[in-house]
Amino acid sequence: MSPSSLHLAVALDGTGWHPASWREPVARPRELFTAGYWADLVAEAERGLLDFVTIEDGLGPQSSRFLDPDERTDQVRGRLDAVLIASRVAPLTRHIGLVPTAVVTHTEPFHISKAIATLDYVSTGRAGLRVQITARPNEAAHFGRRTIPRIEAYDSPESQELVADLFDEAADYVEAVRRLWDSWEDDAEIRDADTGRFIDRDKLHYIDFEGKHFSVKGPSITPRPPQGQPLVTALGHQTVPYRLIARQADVGYITPQDTDQARAIVAEIRAEQEAAGRADGLLHVFGDLVVFLDDDPAEAAARRDRLDALAGEPYQSDARVFTGTPTQLADLLGEFRSAGLTGFRLRPAVLGHDLPAITRGLVPELQRRGAFRTAYEADTLRGLLGLARPANRYAAA
Amino acid sequence: MSKPLKQIHLAAHFPGVNNTTVWSDPEAGSHIEFSSFAHFAKTAERAKFDFLFLAEGLRLREQGGKIYDLDVVGRPDTFTILAALAAVTEHLGLTGTINSTFNEPYEVARQFASLDHLSGGRSAWNVVTSWDAFTGENFRRGGFLPQEERYSRAKEFLATTQELFDSWHGDEILADQASGVFLRDAKAGSFVHTGQHFDIQGQFNVPRSPQGRPVVFQAGDSEEGREFAASSADAIFSRHATLEGGQAFYADVKNRLAKYGRRHDQLLILPAASFALADTDAEAEELARIVRRQQVSGATALKHLEFVWNRDLSSYDPEGPLPDIDPDVSENHISKGRAQVRMYRDPLATAREWRELAAANNWSIRDLVIHTGNRQNFIGSAETVARTINEYVQADASDGFILVPHITPTGLDAFADKVVPLLQEQGVFRTEYEGPTLRHQLGLAHPDETPAEGRLAS
Repeated sequence: MSPSSLHLAVALDGTGWHPASWREPVARPRELFTAGYWADLVAEAERGLLDFVTIEDGLGPQSSRFLDPDERTDQVRGRLDAVLIASRVAPLTRHIGLVPTAVVTHTEPFHISKAIATLDYVSTGRAGLRVQITARPNEAAHFGRRTIPRIEAYDSPESQELVADLFDEAADYVEAVRRLWDSWEDDAEIRDADTGRFIDRDKLHYIDFEGKHFSVKGPSITPRPPQGQPLVTALGHQTVPYRLIARQADVGYITPQDTDQARAIVAEIRAEQEAAGRADGLLHVFGDLVVFLDDDPAEAAARRDRLDALAGEPYQSDARVFTGTPTQLADLLGEFRSAGLTGFRLRPAVLGHDLPAITRGLVPELQRRGAFRTAYEADTLRGLLGLARPANRYAAA
Repeated sequence: MSKPLKQIHLAAHFPGVNNTTVWSDPEAGSHIEFSSFAHFAKTAERAKFDFLFLAEGLRLREQGGKIYDLDVVGRPDTFTILAALAAVTEHLGLTGTINSTFNEPYEVARQFASLDHLSGGRSAWNVVTSWDAFTGENFRRGGFLPQEERYSRAKEFLATTQELFDSWHGDEILADQASGVFLRDAKAGSFVHTGQHFDIQGQFNVPRSPQGRPVVFQAGDSEEGREFAASSADAIFSRHATLEGGQAFYADVKNRLAKYGRRHDQLLILPAASFALADTDAEAEELARIVRRQQVSGATALKHLEFVWNRDLSSYDPEGPLPDIDPDVSENHISKGRAQVRMYRDPLATAREWRELAAANNWSIRDLVIHTGNRQNFIGSAETVARTINEYVQADASDGFILVPHITPTGLDAFADKVVPLLQEQGVFRTEYEGPTLRHQLGLAHPDETPAEGRLAS
């Protein structure tokens, strides 16, 4: 693949990222809880040769408010477990990476480690994980195991400390998960009939992870997955999460509004990466963009206006919202790439419309420019992203 | 008039992490690659089985302070593999064993409801309990649950998940694109649960699934386990696959149902059963003998003896006589993470009995373990096996069986091709699936059907 190639992922969430997207005729809102709906979306993404899809998740109802439920009835509410969606579509696809979201604040690293390892087995090497924290008090109440104080002011020292603590826990979580993936050496299963041993126990390892919030003994019950280490990804908006990305991720998603901001964030992540001793490792930094794509830029803008009118308020996002043509988007991605981004995670405003616009409009345009693959060039997600299969940390050199 | 024939329920247990799964045979394939699971599930579906069953383990077994290395080790995550199997099957139920000690109700309810949606109504949960600190070392929760609380937590865990499943009624999602009403009720999924083990509230975020609630299995043979099953389960995964043992267990558990206001047919008794199948009965007997020797190597025999003796017996000759020293009856057991150790409640008596048995029959350690261990439940030609299974079911030794082949992943093939057609000819096993959901295959009512009417009809 040409070194100028960029990487493309698409973020799947409900009927799309605009809260009124479900009202579009193409939206299929009654099928959100069926396997066929998700299988069709991922098949479309694979038709466009995308590197991977992410699947959003959450441990409570969706909300238009940042920290609280909103009791709205005019937007999509309810969702299926993202890991299970990814696994359900894995046998139906062949090349595309599958990256479900896992909320790490209330779940067990042991469980998620084997779940993603299993996803790697069922997809034969195409699994990833997007780790996400939650600071929502209502989601903590769904578990009843810890209380998360309500963040009143984001810049207060208490809030900063809470958020930093949740991200530190996420970093511990990823560390425990990665150690569990390594807890079996690749050749631990020996089936040695002469000695009667199925495994070589010297190639299985206790991980003995001890952190502030939890400890995990190991080893995993699931053998090391095909990729060795499935992909770990995280979204960040400020220094604390950038540090998590720099310390623990293979792909970080950021939300720059322009190229200057992109350049600054990439520089910050690279500095953190160096501080974490990972300067030599390949860490992808992807830009997140919400996209409204039409052949006529006015049409895309009008569609956004129409959906905003249905929603009763202008759509706002943490990420830059792009409206325009696939050609214009290809231009913008080129600019962002010059600021150091290695790929993009596009969030289709309306999945039924903007996902095919990506796969059938943007992708051919990027291909014309020699900026995107014309065929899948690897069998694993790591392979697609140019990431080597990691050596096992426990294996004797 | 003669009693109508009972319909047999059959399920397939993916061969798991134990010494009954033969890995040394050239036929034995991968126990972890998805292709093995897919082959196994498709075979079960081809045979019109009710469901596929997966066991679980949350820590690798140890013996003598070391990871146990003689048996098949390594298994997938239950939910993840079942969701993938939903993609390669259409009718087969998907039953997963999930521990109620090292999970939380909100998350497990989400996963089962999601699996039920993604499989079109085929999910089932085998609820198991655990309390040991050994397993707990892998979890945030740790290992602090006192043994006597495991069933109280399990019962409350199950009740809490049912509250979460029932927090959606099924008609909340309107998704009316014209009016802009997605949800009829902003409070859909609201729940409050206050109890000894869980104090949680909020909104469950998975809408009601095709089966309403997944089918619930219970495994476990204790007094508490039987009561738990009689009060709360749709089916029991038992280990009483002999005629007399099965009949006693069947009668005992079915008789407990009335006090919970339940009918006999609202709880299925499905023991695990292994088999050896060949062209003739004599050949099957020979195959069974060979398999048992494959299952119990000399090394395995010594390790098995250690379950009772609770001592390092590695210096003994497995082809020689039993140890004349007595078992160590101290609290700390040489074997960790293995449920069957609890079967030997009086190790001194077991040791005495085994020594007498071995002496009387001139058995070596290995012979003894083979003879006292897992003998195949059904041995014979397809005709013999089909006839025997049917006799057991008609005699109320069970409502059917969860078959555990000794080879991965092809161990079910011959049963599917040879035994199932005979059962179908006898009119005791389905030739087509009964409907889209697992509840249809098991003859269980949807939870939303009014229970009062059901009771009147009995």
